[in-house]
Order: sequence, then C-alpha cells, then structure tokens
Amino acid sequence: MPNPEHPTPPVPTSDTDAGHGFPYGIPFTGSLNDGPGFSGPDAPAEPDLYRCVHCGLCLSACPTYVTTRLEAESPRGRIALMKAVHEGRTGISDRLVSHWELCLQCRACEAVCPSGVPYGRLMEHTRAQVQEHGLQGPELSRLSRIFLRAALPHPRRLHLAAHLIRLYQRSGLQSLIRRSRLLRILPGSLAQMETQMPVMAPRFFTPARQVYPAHGERRITVGLLSGCVMPLMQGDAMRAAVRVLQRNGCDVAVPPAQACCGALNLHAGDLEMGRQMARRNIDAFRAAGVDVIVTASAGCGSSMKEYGDLLRDDPEYAAAAQDFASSTRDITEFLAALPLDPPNAEYPRRVTMQDPCHLAHAQRITDAPRQVLRSIPGLQLTEMAESSLCCGSAGFYSLIQPAMSQQLQRRKIDHALATEPDLIASANPGCIAQLEQGLRSAGAAAQVRHVVEILDDAYQAET
Amino acid sequence: MAAPDLLAQLRSVVGDDYVIAHPEDLLVYEYDGSVDRSMPRAVVLPASTDEASQVIALAYQAGVPVVGRGSGTGLSGGAITPPDGLQVAFPRMARILKIDTLNRTALVEPGVINLDLDNYARKFGLRYAPDPSSQRACSLGGNVAENAGGPHCLAYGTTTNHVIGMEVILEDGAIVNLGALARETVGYDLRGAFVGSEGTFGIATKILVRLLPLPESVRTFLGIFADIDSACTAVSAIIGHGIIPAALEMIDALSIRAVQNVTDAGYPNDAGAVLLIELEGLHEEVDELSAEVEAALWDTGAADVRIAEADAERERLWVGRKTAFGAFGAIAPNYYLVDGVVPRTRLTHMLRKVSEVSHRYGITIANVFHAGDGNLHPCMLFDAREPGVMDNAMAAAAELMAECAALGGTLSGEHGIGLEKKEFMPLVYTDDDMAAMQKVRNAFAPDNRLNPGKIFPDGSYYHPAPHPARHTAGLYA
Repeated sequence: MPNPEHPTPPVPTSDTDAGHGFPYGIPFTGSLNDGPGFSGPDAPAEPDLYRCVHCGLCLSACPTYVTTRLEAESPRGRIALMKAVHEGRTGISDRLVSHWELCLQCRACEAVCPSGVPYGRLMEHTRAQVQEHGLQGPELSRLSRIFLRAALPHPRRLHLAAHLIRLYQRSGLQSLIRRSRLLRILPGSLAQMETQMPVMAPRFFTPARQVYPAHGERRITVGLLSGCVMPLMQGDAMRAAVRVLQRNGCDVAVPPAQACCGALNLHAGDLEMGRQMARRNIDAFRAAGVDVIVTASAGCGSSMKEYGDLLRDDPEYAAAAQDFASSTRDITEFLAALPLDPPNAEYPRRVTMQDPCHLAHAQRITDAPRQVLRSIPGLQLTEMAESSLCCGSAGFYSLIQPAMSQQLQRRKIDHALATEPDLIASANPGCIAQLEQGLRSAGAAAQVRHVVEILDDAYQAET
Repeated sequence: MAAPDLLAQLRSVVGDDYVIAHPEDLLVYEYDGSVDRSMPRAVVLPASTDEASQVIALAYQAGVPVVGRGSGTGLSGGAITPPDGLQVAFPRMARILKIDTLNRTALVEPGVINLDLDNYARKFGLRYAPDPSSQRACSLGGNVAENAGGPHCLAYGTTTNHVIGMEVILEDGAIVNLGALARETVGYDLRGAFVGSEGTFGIATKILVRLLPLPESVRTFLGIFADIDSACTAVSAIIGHGIIPAALEMIDALSIRAVQNVTDAGYPNDAGAVLLIELEGLHEEVDELSAEVEAALWDTGAADVRIAEADAERERLWVGRKTAFGAFGAIAPNYYLVDGVVPRTRLTHMLRKVSEVSHRYGITIANVFHAGDGNLHPCMLFDAREPGVMDNAMAAAAELMAECAALGGTLSGEHGIGLEKKEFMPLVYTDDDMAAMQKVRNAFAPDNRLNPGKIFPDGSYYHPAPHPARHTAGLYA
C-alpha cells in the first residue's frame, strides 16, 4: 500500500544493484576527501574489518565512548571509519586520525566483542598507515620521533635520560621551576609534560649477567623481562618481583641483552621498530635458556604474547616468536599457577585491585592477581566500581590526550577511594604512575603498589 | 532546508560539539545493528528534554524529518535516517532520575542502557525484566520504540508490559505525557499505542518503568540434544506440562559452534541443538518445577542435562545466548535477522521450512531463538558485497515471513518492522488494518515528520513473495 505522504522521493526501480552495490545500500559517489587510502602488507586486513557486524555491544565498555557519548569515539565507530577508508569512501584525514588517536587501545571492546574482532591489531595497523602517510597528530608525531625512535630502543640513552630527570627532580631544580612562573609562560604542551613527568625511582633496576638463585629447592628457571621505563620508574617493584620469584623456588635470569618489548612502538603504529625489538628479545631469552618468560608489566606481557602474530611472515623468526609468545606469563598469572607459597604472617591491609587493561582485556586475566592477594593472610580485598575501565594511562596517552586521560584518572581515583583502601594494587607500570599522580592530586593517603610488591612486603613481615 | 541556518540554530541550542554535520563524522551515524544504511544530513545530541524539544521544533519549522536514535543496536533499520533527515540521538540523556522502591518504579531518560537500569535496580532487590540480547548496549528509549523483548519476556511480557508512562515530544516539539508519570491513568491508554510505534508518533524523553522483585531462587538448565526436532519436542512437552519457565531458548548446531568459537559458554560443540531453560520463583516452587523440567528433557531424548544455580555458572550459559548474533561475525560479515513468530506447536514445522529454504536458496541460516513463545530468529549469514546476495537473502526472508503468517503467526516478535519488514506488512494486515494504523499515526504526527518511511509499506524497499522478490531501491539512496 503506497504511502502518498512519504516525504522521501520515490527511488528508481532497477533490477540490478548498479549504483548501490558496495557497500550495500550506499551509492558509491567517490571519496569524501583526497586523503590517502590504506595500502601495503601492514594495512588493516579485510577479514578483520568485516568481522565487525556493528552490533554495538562494545559501546558501553569503551572509556572514550562512555566519556564523550559520541559514536566516532567508540570502537564500532572507529572500525566504521576504517571500513570507509578501506572501501574508498574517504581518504585518511586529520578528522579521522583525531578519532583514532583518541582511542586508548585498552581493548576493553575486544574482551566483550561477541564476534572476536581483533580490534587491537586493527588499530595498530591503522596507526601504521597513519604514520606512513605522515598524518599523525602533532603530539603523537613529536613523541614518536623523540621517545619511540630515539630513546626507547636504546637502553643506555633511556638510562641517561632517566638520570637527568631524576637529577632535575631531586636537585631542587624542579621545585624551583614549579614555584617560579616559568611553567605558566611555557607553551601548554611543554608545561603539561613537565607536570606529567614520571617520578624516577630512587634506585633503578638494571639487568645483570648473574642469575638470582631460588631460595630452597629450585622448581623452575624463569627469565624476567626488565623492560624500558619500569626499572627506571619502579625499580622497587622490579626488585620485589625478583625476590618473590626466588622465594617461590625460581632461578631468575634477567638477560642484559634484552630490549624494551616494543609495545609502545606497536601501539603507535611503528610496526617495524616493534618487530626489531621483538627479534632482539627472542634472541636474548633463547640464549638465556629459560623455561618460561615472566613480566611484571601487563602492557609488555600483552605484546610479548602477540609476538607470534607480529612475526608470522618472518621466515627466520616465525616459529621462535610463536614459542616465545606461548612461554610468556604475566607474573601474577605465573605465581597463581605455581601455586605460590602463601606468606605465613598476618599482613592486615585493606586493598582494592585496579585491573590493568592489558591484563584484563588483552590477556583476559582478572582472577590471578586476586588469587595472589587473597593468599596473603589478613589482607582484605575490596572491589571498586569499574575496576577494569581504563585509568587513562595507556602508555604515553596521558601526554597526547591529557584532557581525556585526566577525566579517566579522576573517575578511577574516585572509584578506588570509595572503597577506603590502604593500598591500591595494580600490575602495570603505566597504571601505577597514573594512579600515583592521581592520588597526589587528590591529596589522598592511600598508596599504589604492584601486586608483587604487596606480596613481597607480606613475605618481609614473616618472622 | 536552509541547512546552514538550521545548523547554526541547532548549535545555539545544544552547543557546537553536539551538532555533527561533517560528512566524515556522519559516516558513523549511517548504520545501526541492521543491514540498512543511510547518511543523515546532521546528527544532534541533546542533553535535556528542553533541548530535545527545541531541536525537534526547529527541524519541524525547517521542514526537516527527524529520526530518534538510542544506541544504534536495532535490527530492523529503525534508526536509519533519510539523507535529508536530522538524527536526534540520546546517549547524553542517560540518567536514572528516580527509583521508587516502595512502588517499584524507575523514572529514566531514554539513553539509559537497559543493563545499567537492571544492575542499579538489583541494588534495591529489584530488577527490570525485559532483557534483549543487546541489553549491555541498547537504550530504554529504543526498547520502548521497538517494544523490545528478550528471553525473560516469556514469563514477564515485552517492554509494553513494563512501561507505565512517558514524557514524549511530538513532531512540532510539543511536550506531552502519555500514561502516568505521577498519577493513575484515566482516559485513553495512549501509552499502549506509543510503545512499539518506532519513533513515528513522537520521541520519549522520560520513561516510567515497572520494576519487579528479584526471585528468591533461580535455576538454569542446559538441555543437550542430538537434533533440533527432539529439542522442539522437548519445548512442547515442557509447555504441555503447564510450565511457563522464565525463559526457554533454543540454539542450533551452527550457532553453538559460532558462539563456542569466540567464548566458551559451556555448550558441547557436537550438539545438534541446546535448550536453555530458566526457572524462577520461591525455593519450593523451583524445586518442584525442576523435577518436571528435567523429566521432560530426558523423556524427549536429551543426550544430557546440566543444571546451573550459581550466578557465575548461569551467567556463562547466558553469555553464549546473548552474544550469538555478534558471534556470527566470524562466519560472515552481514546478517539479516528474520524475527517471525509462529504458534509454539508449529515450531518443528517452521524449522523444517527454514532448513528447506536455506538449502534451496543456498544461504547459511543460523537459528537461535525464543522457543517458549514461538519467536524464531532465523539469521541469514552472508557477505553483502557479493552481487545479488542481498536480493537472494530477501527473497528467502520473504518466503519465511509468508510461512509464519500462513501458520497464524506474525512478522516480528520484538525487533520492530522498521525499514526491512515494512513491505511484508500486507501479509498480516489488510488495507483497512493498515489504514487504521496510519490514522493513529496521523493523529500524533499529521505532517509525518517523525521517522518517515518506516512501518508502512510504500514500495521503497523489498516486495514480498509471491511477486518476484526484488531489491527495488538502495533504501534512501
């Protein structure tokens, strides 16, 4: 029955689909802009893109959607934009890039996706295309050059920079500058970087040739990832990790030839540099002859477990990368599976667990850190709301997207403090730094600790 | 329309950030959960009833049609906006305004997520019963527009049974109350007419819903069957015993494998079909009915029966059911969901028809559906980029809908008519029936400015069988 009032003009009837073939229902009228398309072997893969059936179940899990309520800042929206580029309906433009770069790559969407869309991989490959065409936003572009390319792959340079920052922070120069008007005169982003500068650990942790011997009977030999910034910012957590492993019957090797895991490069779309770092780690840990590779950083573990995928087209390394990936464990995962030797003294603390995204979503591990904490006598574990919603750290996201990062940080701190904890437990260096900074801003007395630091403290309390 | 003027006016109402008009940004508002697509002229996200009313009034004065959108999870194209249209989206109006635990009601804004309301109500020992599979993402405004269902609607009824009243904006921006927001209803039950009107009457900006007390006891059964026929027999047997479970769902072999491929929901990979049955009520009642359900399952040839009572175990079983449609993404990039309803006693017949149609048209069809109320969801899986495949799928769908109608059923159980099923309306309604519905629509929206082109057949989409099914248009293209 025709509807005479229908305001849309009648559409010409055709027996063929000409004009609206691809994608279905949308007439292809050329690209919306003259930006470049996707190309080359590292372009987002078509099967990955079309696995998304735009059901929308990811929306409520996405921190940037929950915050902005805008579809373009949701996983489904970002994939729709990738599809539009893939289909030639638009080129890569600053506008599209701004939506992709607001993504924290927390992968909460991936964990709830009923279709199993490999969103993390799609976003890494999309960013690789953006970088290739020189279309990164100015902040990401600057950080990529300075930090990802010039510092991260070179442990010595990183150490030197950390020394300088520590000197700046401890010499009184920082407090002098912060008291002066200088920060107010500096360009916004520089002043921002100053306030967000990570606090360096009083003692760094350095990989050494020696093997830290198991206490008591040796059960297994583990290789510990030293990582890039964690030993500089959270040297104590690294030393705690070693002690906790020793205490649980592990010989611990920290091969000095290892590199940064490459996660930050991969997330920014610098796949080639990421692959180089992966190869270096594969060689280093293979030479060390360890049974299992353990990391105390959720972000690193997530990338290391994906080395197999990253190097699958590398004939020389594909098999070794697969081996490396399947031998990698997050330290909480490893300890819970051992199972660990519970501390024998009371350690009465009220603790709430903050799930690092790359542990909860990328590695789907939420129970192991809680098992470790529950093994501590007297420790009271309380759950905060939205414990696995990103805290806004996300690598150096806080420097690139300070406004979003700070909103998420406040939200996380509010939820955490609502449980009135003595300690907030986490398992990732980025989260720990972000939470520490949030607690300082809130003037709260609660402290942030890596799960293994809490376990280590509990062991220290033994008689 | 004098677009620049209208856009400037809209910006002055909701602020620059919430008027989206650049084509690159509009790429993400051209779709919902269905296969349909069309890029709107602009999208506006109001933050209050007042803003929404002003926005709709401005569009009305400019002669621009308006389409409401919640979370964009609909499966019948309900939120798809014509190219000259303004989409008004409600994710920013997402506050639970009030919970009244004594009267067991909640007053919510339309953007509130279904599951968020349910979780919030549970803190008070209450629940919001309608639970569409997309409940983690779908909004109550959309639920009201589509009269959404869900597994637990078998015992508790669809959305219309849970809505007490609404504040609604009409096409000219006027704000009216339908049903009771604060007091008992007298006069016409316009609330009943509004629920399921798919945004063609007006757009709800506040919704008063009924909450139910949480049951004392909940038990979930997984009945595992070697084939779908015996599973159908089990459904008849259970209902035949006079038992109305809270939910009674069927999942076929293809869907089981699709789900298990992504999440381990605990369904055996080699099963021909599983039934998911949930009993709720007082302890004694659930104990008593459990024995009968279990017996009925074994009697009808179940290969195994598993019972879950702990929350985590039950949740795991339900996750599989509720993520099934998404899981089809691993099989094919597009799906078209037929939402037909048949009398329960005709399920076996209908499923055979589905299988026959699947073979004849060469289309993969997965079945995961509300067996208890005869609401089938044959889900056609295909790649819409292959030429001709959409036409083929629509022709197959037409046959299935015609069969549902012929068996005394209907076109849609819970997902609405929208764009996709409007041409099939004559299968279940006469011209006079349709004219009566149109009169109601015209009473609310005489200028047909709200979600035009939906529900009523106008030849712009697909012709149903017996005409050669044919794709006549690229929707609003």
